Amino acid sequence: MNQNKKVFELKKIAKSFDGDQILKGIDLDIHEKEFITLLGPSGCGKTTTLRIIGGFVTPDSGDVLFLGKKINDVPPYKRKVNTVFQKYALFPHLDVFENVAFGLRLVKTPEKEIVQRVREMLALVNLSGFESRRVDLLSGGQQQRVAIARALVNRPNVLLLDEPLGALDLKLRKEMQIELKKIQQSLGITFVYVTHDQEEALTMSDTVVVMNEGRIQQIGTPQDIYNEPANAFTASFIGESNIIPGIMHKDFLVEFAGRNYVCVDGGFAKDEPVDIVVRPEDVDIAPATSEFLCGTVKQVVFKGVHYEMHVDCNGTVWRVQSTDFTPAGATVGLKITPEDIHIMHRSVPYGGEKD
Amino acid sequence: MKLNAKWTSYPYIIWMILFTIIPLFLIGYFAFTDAEGSFTVSNMEQAVKYIPALVKSISLAAIATVLCLVLAYPFAFAMSRLSFERQKMMSMLIMLPMWMNFLLRTYAWQAILEDNGVVNTLLTGIGLSSVKLINTSGAVVLGMVYNYIPFMILPLYSVMTKIDKSVLEAASDLGAGFFSTLYRVILPLSMPGIVSGTTMVFVPAVSTFVISGMLGGVNNYLIGDLIETQFLGNSYDLNCGSATSLLLMVVVLVTMAIFNHFSDEDAEEALV
Repeated sequence: MNQNKKVFELKKIAKSFDGDQILKGIDLDIHEKEFITLLGPSGCGKTTTLRIIGGFVTPDSGDVLFLGKKINDVPPYKRKVNTVFQKYALFPHLDVFENVAFGLRLVKTPEKEIVQRVREMLALVNLSGFESRRVDLLSGGQQQRVAIARALVNRPNVLLLDEPLGALDLKLRKEMQIELKKIQQSLGITFVYVTHDQEEALTMSDTVVVMNEGRIQQIGTPQDIYNEPANAFTASFIGESNIIPGIMHKDFLVEFAGRNYVCVDGGFAKDEPVDIVVRPEDVDIAPATSEFLCGTVKQVVFKGVHYEMHVDCNGTVWRVQSTDFTPAGATVGLKITPEDIHIMHRSVPYGGEKD
Repeated sequence: MKLNAKWTSYPYIIWMILFTIIPLFLIGYFAFTDAEGSFTVSNMEQAVKYIPALVKSISLAAIATVLCLVLAYPFAFAMSRLSFERQKMMSMLIMLPMWMNFLLRTYAWQAILEDNGVVNTLLTGIGLSSVKLINTSGAVVLGMVYNYIPFMILPLYSVMTKIDKSVLEAASDLGAGFFSTLYRVILPLSMPGIVSGTTMVFVPAVSTFVISGMLGGVNNYLIGDLIETQFLGNSYDLNCGSATSLLLMVVVLVTMAIFNHFSDEDAEEALV
């Protein structure tokens, strides 16, 4: 767990719009210097959570704490937080320099300091020399950099980013991911990042918060989230996976697909129904002997790095990734080792009737 | 076949030449000739004597324009923030009075403001003394504001709908309170609407003769009334009327040019 001081604390935040409950009790701590990502499908409440932190939305219930002080009703312009908006929201009547200088002018910063800080910031986002350009003539990536500079120049405690790379093409997005991470590390500012792109979340974050239907599903490092998904939703949302119903007979022994497997998990009730997650890349193709779960290869797709196969085992289709080619129609065994079997409580649900 | 966009403008260009450019030259011609058709500046000398009426026209129209702007600006902003359905309904309500005949609307105001009109009947009815409303400058300004305010609201509203909510949120996020956001973001972004709304109210207001004739009485004889009487009224004088029209046109153009100049400067200042 993060040892740094807590900057923001969300406590039991709930929010409805037009009778539609968007957030159903969010508890979240955000620490200094942390790169924290709210990850989830559209409509999961991640943007609403971000807007509550920014002050654009007031929660119906629950508390927002900033450095330990309740700030539920503090308007955005009084918060030491800046936002990079999804559509950049640059001021169309101002040039690049004045866009970035906007926040500094509001607090009556001396002109000399404004010039210096704006220049520094534009250099940081690789836009030196663009000072007098009109913002509507910039490319999407450049507009994005202006938006980042405009927010960071105010030296906020926390920078909020609402799907900032969503409108960029893949190559530019990858470059910006690395750049953003670099900026975050060099400035030591907390970043709260919203995205629905799991790869983006895993690449950039110190902490990933997986959300679905107004609830937090799991909080953890990218490795935790990927390797130890807390429930079927997280497992299916992060990466690809086979999710199979099973029964946990006792510690380290689980039954699924009609077979008993040794596993590394324990602490379940005797014969508890569970969900089993097995990543496609963790399944090995083996000879079709009684030692293994067997099935027929239905489909083989070449993916570049590996082949992706759909293997039908008694009516259940398994997704398997392998660098070795196996022709469709072949009967194969699926070798699954104990470390690759992730077991999740069935009662921690998809949509969540947790409480 | 490639559609040549140049051709599509021809019908209107012909219309404009026939009914705008040629009449304009005719006005110019009549303004500088006498009844026999020989060159003279006496019409202009006569027109210059009407400058007091012109000054009155400009001041009343300016007051009406400012009132329209003050009333319309906050309203147009609020309207631009409504849901799409509400916006449609609102713009219909704004246009609604314009479906009624202009003369009829002004007659209605006459009936309301008359010495024995609706307002005074009410006032005396509750024991107050009646007030002089009709045939005052105030009545003329009221008539102008009433008739022309849609032309202020609509251009303002149409530029304001283009101001994205996220831009206002960005201003707030960067530390701008209500007045800073208004001054640094909303005002400069709505400047084109202010300019066109002001033009669309000021120009017809400065040359009106119906409103001043019906609500202003003899004390509020405006330049438009003068021109009307010279063309249609008792003091028929085509040449002098043309000269007065020309003078009005020049003054309006100069006024608008000065105004546009300052509003451009304002817009630029707001950038800093």
